[in-house]
Amino acid sequence: MSASKLNSWGHYPYAPQAYDPLRWRDAVQAAFNRARAGFGTTLPYGNGRSYGDSCLATTDYVLQTRGLDRFIAADWTSGVLRAEAGVTLGEVLAQSIPRGWMLPVTPGTQFATLAGAVANDVHGKNHHVRGTFGRYVRRFSLLRSDRPPVECSSGDNDALFRATIGGLGLTGVIEWVEIQLMPVRSSRIAVRSVRFGDLDEFLALSSELDRQYEYGVAWDDCLSEGKALGRGVYMAGDHAEDDAFPMPSRRTHGVPFVLPWSPVNRHTLRAFNALYYARQPREPRQRTVDFASYFYPLDRIRHWNRLYGRPGFQQYQCVVPDASAADALRAILTAIARSGSGSFLAVLKRCGALPSPGLVSFPMPGVSLALDFPQHEKRNGALFAVLDAIVRDAAGRQYPAKDAHMSGADFRAAYPRWEDLEQQRDPALMSRFWKRTTQS
Amino acid sequence: MKNILIVGATSGIAGACARRWAEQGARLFLTGRQQARLDVVAQDLRVRGAAEVTTWVLDVNDHTRHPAMLEACRVALGQIDAALIAHGTLSDQALCEHDVEATMRELTTNGMSTIALLTPLASLLERQRHGTIAVLSSVAGDRGRPSNYVYGAAKAAVTTFCEGLRARLFKSGVRVLTIKPGFVDTPMTAGLVLPGPLVASPERVAADIARAIERGKDSLYTPWFWAGIMFVIRSVPGFVFKRVTL
Repeated sequence: MSASKLNSWGHYPYAPQAYDPLRWRDAVQAAFNRARAGFGTTLPYGNGRSYGDSCLATTDYVLQTRGLDRFIAADWTSGVLRAEAGVTLGEVLAQSIPRGWMLPVTPGTQFATLAGAVANDVHGKNHHVRGTFGRYVRRFSLLRSDRPPVECSSGDNDALFRATIGGLGLTGVIEWVEIQLMPVRSSRIAVRSVRFGDLDEFLALSSELDRQYEYGVAWDDCLSEGKALGRGVYMAGDHAEDDAFPMPSRRTHGVPFVLPWSPVNRHTLRAFNALYYARQPREPRQRTVDFASYFYPLDRIRHWNRLYGRPGFQQYQCVVPDASAADALRAILTAIARSGSGSFLAVLKRCGALPSPGLVSFPMPGVSLALDFPQHEKRNGALFAVLDAIVRDAAGRQYPAKDAHMSGADFRAAYPRWEDLEQQRDPALMSRFWKRTTQS
Repeated sequence: MKNILIVGATSGIAGACARRWAEQGARLFLTGRQQARLDVVAQDLRVRGAAEVTTWVLDVNDHTRHPAMLEACRVALGQIDAALIAHGTLSDQALCEHDVEATMRELTTNGMSTIALLTPLASLLERQRHGTIAVLSSVAGDRGRPSNYVYGAAKAAVTTFCEGLRARLFKSGVRVLTIKPGFVDTPMTAGLVLPGPLVASPERVAADIARAIERGKDSLYTPWFWAGIMFVIRSVPGFVFKRVTL
């Protein structure tokens, strides 16, 4: 056992986790058995990028897989890569990009682990053309408390394979993952930035640009109101084709400690958002940037979560179906602008219709909105209740990987196949999220 | 640097060094106690770009096996450009204080085995008239402290031995680097409560080690600020030092 403790990314709920740092594949099963004997249940924990309580064990004792950080095999002619559970997406890219291979799907941080990407069936800025991460998972090995190690693919142990994709780490401890990479001709992204003045312009833009571009995402000024409601900047992108693969410099800035209070409040946010919007040129702009600054702008600031101070923060991410998207998003943005609480990084993204092999996978054809709120029990409670009702009425849903609040009823209604996952769950694994949403 | 021997290759610091060298296309010869774990490390290094990885099971405390290992390494690598001696255990000081066997075991693993290995290794590199021997000692060897003087004594022996060896090999063009890391976040230190800001990642320490080998340095404190810290600690007079709990 290690002396320090682990937290979720949002530091809310605050529940420090004791942990066993796993380092070697040949020792995982024994560690799992020990945890089971000592605590009853536990949970695999990767690199701590889940925001809410899906990475927290009910027993507050987790198996930390980040130290399982070795590659096992790579075929650089076919783009098939096998690596241990705790290898981060950034570590994959550090090897694959110079050899002309990209992750076909990447979320907004490269600090997520491979097993974490499987367990949350993450999606990225190209969901409309590639779907979720789970579509590119070929095989993985799973360690369970109730049977010998099992290898899963769409051909072998299919039910367990599908339950594990988006399975929130509940179906076993993933030992290694084999994925299919995507060939690219550059390490850089050609980005087209287009400013939009309101929500309708965003919807029109994403319909138009998503047909032409591999990637598409929008920053949204979530504090603008009235006519400017939903204004923001759309950033469409394609891989450049210059046959050059320079790696971006890894210079980062860090937030060295948790601030006693948070500089993120309605005044600083309003100022930041207005300034950011005003700085964007009126006319569409074309430029080529390195892949990291396009995909992972926030990774530049290590531990940016500490900016929210002691109380931490919650991210609210929901997706609403296309048919109800315009009305629902308008209602959501109005409610947020009125509350004055919001974030400097609100993200709008159109999701596509490609199905995931997983059972409890977040994206659906429609529009996803994500934003961070400084933790404030009363204010967030009141606002989230309003937002939840809008999302519920629009037949949308919220993202378990980001969640620390959704009701059990909402979760079970939005993810009807949760019962199939529950059937495949390892009895020795239990998260605070799962207990909260399925047992209350 | 191309052909590198790493003793104790499954340790945290050695692992980070090996990755660095693998990404530069090095040929590596790795030793460790367990074949299965050496295989896991070797696979990783091959994916990262190592031109060739050979493994050899060795318990460094069995010094009769050292010459056979070195011969296998010489055959596999041809010329040895660098050798990193990185095996070690963190001693249980409290146990050692009343258990002579434990004390002797710690001294053997962290001190005597290294000295035993350095003897034939030095002769091999002396014959080559080329190469660097880089040895993991520790800041703990600079001063005897109540919290871990058994480990410290073993590392002090290594440091002193290396200093002499450096002078002996100087004429033949072989370098000896003594590496003194401070607190490093590795499996060896998991379970200790360490002062956060002073704890370095193995990657950072590995970068320092690789640079020191390239530059032909004699001695390396890593991260750099340990040179200052240890200067102060070495300067404390004995009559004060014995009253301080460190």
